[in-house]
Amino acid sequence: MMDAVSYWPLLGVLVVVVGFALRANPLLVVTLAGVATGLAAALPFTQILRYLGEGFTHTRTLSLILVLPLAVIGLLERNGLREQAGNWIGRFKRISAGRLLALYLLAREVTAALGLTSLGGHPQMVRPLLAPMAEGAAGKAFGPLSHEEQQRLRAMAAATDNVGLFFGEDIFVAFGAVMLMHSFLTENGIDVEPLHIAFWGIPTALCALLIHGSRVLYLDRQLAKGWLRRPR
Amino acid sequence: MSISFFYALAGVLLLGNAVLTALDNSHPRRLASSLFWGLYGLLFLLGDWLPPMLCGALVLLMGLLGGLNLVKPKAHQEPDAKAREQGALRLGSRLFWPALCIPAITLAGSLAFPWLKEQGFDWVSGNATLVSLGIACVIAFALACRLTRESPLQGLKENSRLVDAIGWALLLPQMLATLGILFAKAGVGDSVASLVGEVLPKGVEFWAIAAYAIGMAVFTMIMGNAFAAFPVITAGVGIPFLINDYHGNPAVMAAIGMFSGYCGTLITPMAANFNLVPAALLELDDRHGVIKAQLPTGLMLLGANILLLWWLL
Repeated sequence: MMDAVSYWPLLGVLVVVVGFALRANPLLVVTLAGVATGLAAALPFTQILRYLGEGFTHTRTLSLILVLPLAVIGLLERNGLREQAGNWIGRFKRISAGRLLALYLLAREVTAALGLTSLGGHPQMVRPLLAPMAEGAAGKAFGPLSHEEQQRLRAMAAATDNVGLFFGEDIFVAFGAVMLMHSFLTENGIDVEPLHIAFWGIPTALCALLIHGSRVLYLDRQLAKGWLRRPR
Repeated sequence: MSISFFYALAGVLLLGNAVLTALDNSHPRRLASSLFWGLYGLLFLLGDWLPPMLCGALVLLMGLLGGLNLVKPKAHQEPDAKAREQGALRLGSRLFWPALCIPAITLAGSLAFPWLKEQGFDWVSGNATLVSLGIACVIAFALACRLTRESPLQGLKENSRLVDAIGWALLLPQMLATLGILFAKAGVGDSVASLVGEVLPKGVEFWAIAAYAIGMAVFTMIMGNAFAAFPVITAGVGIPFLINDYHGNPAVMAAIGMFSGYCGTLITPMAANFNLVPAALLELDDRHGVIKAQLPTGLMLLGANILLLWWLL
């Protein structure tokens, strides 16, 4: 059975790996990899174009959720939303940047586990609120932030949203990933309750909370000692 | 209410950016950038009606325009710092309301619409959460205009400023999803599974576990998507080795296997909508800044997953 498998389709994977090794523009890499994969599988070019077109049309939601909130966020930013987010958090003396991010991580993971995945997100939560609040809290404690510190806080804010979302949502039975695992195992003759799959996600979800939570709390220490002042 | 209404709305916003780009005399790549955003908006508006082959040709053209770095932002006047400070003083915490409106209304709608449907009021066609997000954004926009006393046209300009900040990366998530489809059609999964099966040392449970978790993470890094990696690696490594040979618990294997894939998602530029788009959106100097922030978390969690599989399987 193994002999019948063709290795030609791996050409597309190779294009991806080489493209990233050369640090080429990711969009170019992905576009070329798609065309190369189609050609390696001996698909006619017109068929490749058809897949590209259908793929774009079927995945428009991915861009939709990024674009729609931008006009609102932009208008509010022009009128001081980010400044206000920073000022507001400064009123709470006990909330440091790290504690704020740890709290957000917990809230994001719990709400995602309850199926409320739309309560966060980069355009509507991280850029206008979470990142400026983290910067505001750190600025209040340690004076004006250096460019490097600001960049690091923003990156960690984005990372915290991702980690909370990813490792929370699989605990929710109705989430797509659990149903995907369930239907795949059933197709392969393995009978498993979706509830059990969701349940065995909990240990990893707790590890994610512990590991990333400690990392964001450690940020406070790094900021206090001035370790992030300079580029590393 | 249907999702196609919001596709059309996003299409209009993207076409708006194309027009504003075309009107900008000082733009370094005016024609190429304007064409990119124009095609993007056009495909959003007409994607359901144009023949797929023509759509594909236009998508390929967009991929090349963006991929060859021909799409550049307009020379923006960043909102004036003094005006922003004054706005924050004048409006205070009221500024939060329209922003918080978006998740709140999205949540309310995604809970209410399915319930209403059960009661016989079938108002939404398509995904209730997405439609709710669309409605939430429209309401929040009206609220933001009223609160800040800005015109809707200013809203279009602000939208265009932020869309420019994301740039060609906006197309990347869709292209990656399409690449996943092409990979599946071409049988990349079978090739990878057979390759992993050949190199895996037989008879040692720990190696099979490590190969499963690491294979999942690495293949997710290449595909940018754990959903695409899961069936491939589970069919190639998980079921033959962890279940058939070592009689592991399939629920544990599946749950922790998928999470191992998510560890890969944290550390790859291919997961563009989680890693590259936020870097652009937060105006980080380093395109890989978010990935670098996530790298230690991703690697430590992958180690934790291997240990958990070892104990719980």
